[in-house]
Amino acid sequence: MTATTLSAADLTTARGSLAQFLNDVWVLTKRSIARIRREPETLSEVTIQPVMFVLMFAYVFGGAIAIPGGGNYHEYLIGGMLGMSLAQTAPGTAVAVVSDMSTGLIDRFRSLPMSRAAVLTARTIADLLTQVIGAAVVAGVGLAIGWRVHTGPGDVIEAFALALLFGYAFTWAGVCLGMVLRSPEAAQQTGFIIFLPLTFISSAFVPTQGMPGWLQPIAEWNPMSSLAAACRQLFGNPNPAALVDAWPAQHAELAVICWSLGMLAVFAPLAVHLYRNKGR
Amino acid sequence: MSETPAIEAEGLVKHYGKTKALDGLDLTVGPRTVYGLLGPNGAGKTTAVRVLATLLRPDGGRARVDGHDVVAEAAVVRRTIGLTGQYAALDEYLTGRSNLVMIGRLSRLTTRAATRRADELLERFGLAEAATRAVKTYSGGMRRRLDLAASLIGHPSVLFLDEPTTGLDPTARALMWDIVRELVADGTTLLLTTQYLDEADQLADRIAVIDGGKVIAEGTPTELKASVGGQRVLLTLAEAGDTAVAVKALQPFAAGSIASNGSVSGHGGRLLDVPVIATDGLATEVLRALDAAGVGVSDIAVRSASLDDVFLTLTGHAAEAADEDDDKAELAEEAAV
Repeated sequence: MTATTLSAADLTTARGSLAQFLNDVWVLTKRSIARIRREPETLSEVTIQPVMFVLMFAYVFGGAIAIPGGGNYHEYLIGGMLGMSLAQTAPGTAVAVVSDMSTGLIDRFRSLPMSRAAVLTARTIADLLTQVIGAAVVAGVGLAIGWRVHTGPGDVIEAFALALLFGYAFTWAGVCLGMVLRSPEAAQQTGFIIFLPLTFISSAFVPTQGMPGWLQPIAEWNPMSSLAAACRQLFGNPNPAALVDAWPAQHAELAVICWSLGMLAVFAPLAVHLYRNKGR
Repeated sequence: MSETPAIEAEGLVKHYGKTKALDGLDLTVGPRTVYGLLGPNGAGKTTAVRVLATLLRPDGGRARVDGHDVVAEAAVVRRTIGLTGQYAALDEYLTGRSNLVMIGRLSRLTTRAATRRADELLERFGLAEAATRAVKTYSGGMRRRLDLAASLIGHPSVLFLDEPTTGLDPTARALMWDIVRELVADGTTLLLTTQYLDEADQLADRIAVIDGGKVIAEGTPTELKASVGGQRVLLTLAEAGDTAVAVKALQPFAAGSIASNGSVSGHGGRLLDVPVIATDGLATEVLRALDAAGVGVSDIAVRSASLDDVFLTLTGHAAEAADEDDDKAELAEEAAV
């Protein structure tokens, strides 16, 4: 049946494990991108949803929210919205991982002479690309409602870089969630339960100053607050966290970096460990 | 037989909690042969395949594929094997061709070689027309064929097929059988698990019957059938009360003890199904013996033993009806996967 046999020229010359890893990550990232091209509606959580949230908060809730230190709520909103729209891709990551695990496709990957870490890395890179789209959508709709940057390009680039680093760290948390849950529905619901309080018990949409005293430290130490504050500071937008006497509020950029690297250091090795031992 | 066996397993053990999915499994599969692993649900077939395909680490024992240890040299083994599991391992949203090219690229083929091989396999498996459609539009039979094609793209020398036809309609099953036969003609070693006796009978050179995680019988289909006597006598007695007398009269013809084979059954005790050793003039001899014992017979038939009989004789239960313990083992197996 084999009309052709395998010759040396048919095999990739990638001998080193790094070259093999990069090849496998590339092949699998293309797979995820092809999926998005076929089903663009999977992008709705980074396209339609942020637009809806921005419009609702800007025009429905925004008028009732006072910003300590003064300032325009529309300008305040975008820093928080960036954090929310990037972090909330993590449940989508979990759903994609559970789906792969449940179809048997992962078993096939694990029986192939391919890099062990490539499957998960490719997933996170594809999700990072969707986060870039999400960040662009938030910036676009922000500009449309009157959000403006009052600083230089260097600060703006740093703000988006921080937001994407933050989003990428959450992607690995999403992978871990996907590895321990059994069904896409469970991943969706668990993701919702984790990310809803994470987003709302923070300064993403409202300043922490208006929260009850016992809740304020939780909101102030929430990584979502740190990202929102760091972005507001870097964009030159109203940043009431500057008035808060808590370490993450005073050192927002450093706090984002610490939170992100900390999450990566925990969740990336954990995800690879869970993947290696899945069903063993 | 000085050649290295394609697959060798010695005393494989795998636990899932308290359930022993594998309980000292031994196997030797010669190169370029089709080997059937036959057993009911939960017998340990899938666990055995997952251990041999490097997906599961055994708790005890060792296994080699093409002479390489499946634990210590897993990376080498993965270059040798192809695996088609019970559930189609495909990306639903990619086209048939994209799936194959992706698997080919991950099997260390260049893009050009992977594309060429993908088109060749699509053509061969009758999927050329569907090649540019997303897999989620495929029928069950098409998925299985694409799945098999995916496991062949890297030119494996040892192929594992875990229940390749479970859930397929008869036409799709016949097509899978044809494909499997061609693979064998091509020189691939094939380990096939199945709960269908006719499938093992049709395709396998040798069969291991497994139950409770170990091999309980091994041989060619013919040898296995001969081991239970080769033939069976089906009798309908005139009087239900004659059963005990009839069994006693038939004992000299039987392979093993009739009662322990559980072959007395049905129709208010009038029907007897007895494994016997094949001899000339068997029916006449049986009727004479029964007549001498004073047992009236309303019907008699003699037939060749099937693998079903082998199964029933060896395990005490029918092949396709899993008992409760098997279900539990299967559940444990699935939960752990």
